[in-house]
Amino acid sequence: MERAVHDRGAWPTVEPIDRSEHELADWELLTDALVHSLAGEDLMNVDELRRGIESMPPDEYERASYYERWLYSVETILAEKGVLAPGELDARLAS
Amino acid sequence: MSGHDHDHDHDHDHPHESIAGDESPIATRARALEELLVEKGVVQREDVRRNVDWLVSRSPADGARLVARAWVDPDFKERLLADARAAALELGLDPGPSPVVVAVENTERVHHMVVCTLCSCYPRALLGPPPDWYKSLPYRSRAVSDPRGVLEEFGVELDDGVELRVLDSTADIRYLVLPRRPPETDGFGEDELAALVTRDSMIGVAQPA
Amino acid sequence: MTFRVGDRVRVSDRAHEGHHRTPGYLKGRSGRVERVHGGFTNPETRAYAGDGLPERTLYQVLFGRDELWPGAADRTYVDVYEHWLEAV
Repeated sequence: MERAVHDRGAWPTVEPIDRSEHELADWELLTDALVHSLAGEDLMNVDELRRGIESMPPDEYERASYYERWLYSVETILAEKGVLAPGELDARLAS
Repeated sequence: MSGHDHDHDHDHDHPHESIAGDESPIATRARALEELLVEKGVVQREDVRRNVDWLVSRSPADGARLVARAWVDPDFKERLLADARAAALELGLDPGPSPVVVAVENTERVHHMVVCTLCSCYPRALLGPPPDWYKSLPYRSRAVSDPRGVLEEFGVELDDGVELRVLDSTADIRYLVLPRRPPETDGFGEDELAALVTRDSMIGVAQPA
Repeated sequence: MTFRVGDRVRVSDRAHEGHHRTPGYLKGRSGRVERVHGGFTNPETRAYAGDGLPERTLYQVLFGRDELWPGAADRTYVDVYEHWLEAV
């Protein structure tokens, strides 16, 4: 049975584990905090966060950093709920 | 910090943020999203700040306190193993939002290791944010397919006959390893003992210092 | 289905469209109930703007190495929802 990209237990790999660590960047702390604030407002729960992450195209999921996945999920879920209009964030970034 | 060189049409206060020229696109995107959601009244900036402060306040120190207390107080250890969430509250610690926290005890016969193969579930309130490797694809894969190989990579050699147990946190339960008390620590005070308890020993990929 | 500690169970071997928390490596495998964690909201519905009710019982299931593969841990413990478990 084919596995979803996030379902990694016993996924075939011989990759060694990279043990280097990085301190969370401000934007990562911010993304984490934002998710918790959205949860507090009942706009996004942890199951939706995970579901949003899992909806990433597989190759993007594998390339993305941890909090890039969170950000993708927030945008996906909030757009789905109409909290964010389609393209609203991109338009803001372009201005 | 260098000064801002771009216009703003709103107040903001990000004393720790890098300036636009240094900022990665993803950082810009995250900040823009926050600003947008604050402007729309979807979230309150102060609430976001509080959550940042909470996350930054987290470290393995609270987990280490639980372990050190369990090492010196056998009755507390039993309470910890019965209900780690209640045991944390007993010491005035924040056990985090998870409704159930379970501590599992390493002994001379049993060694535990924790993973979240599906994402990154981790007892953050007691250990701080998880390290990158815990969230990595190879750890999530190999912690269940080849845990002894993973332990070897982390420099842990289990004695023959030690039973290896891996816990996959697939739901709301958070797992914490109660590592073995190091030898020759009789008479150590709780603070001294807590200083020996590493984050990795509470995940199960290291023995205490 | 309701299970008790010690019951032998098999993890359903089925595909599931969308979010679920039963890892692929367990599907079709058998183990033994080690803990009964109690009732929790169902992530499969809560992930789609649902309330996750009614709650489902969550079990900690123990899989021995011989139930998985040679390089597995002596014991692998995984939390699995009742509706993914079948009596053996």
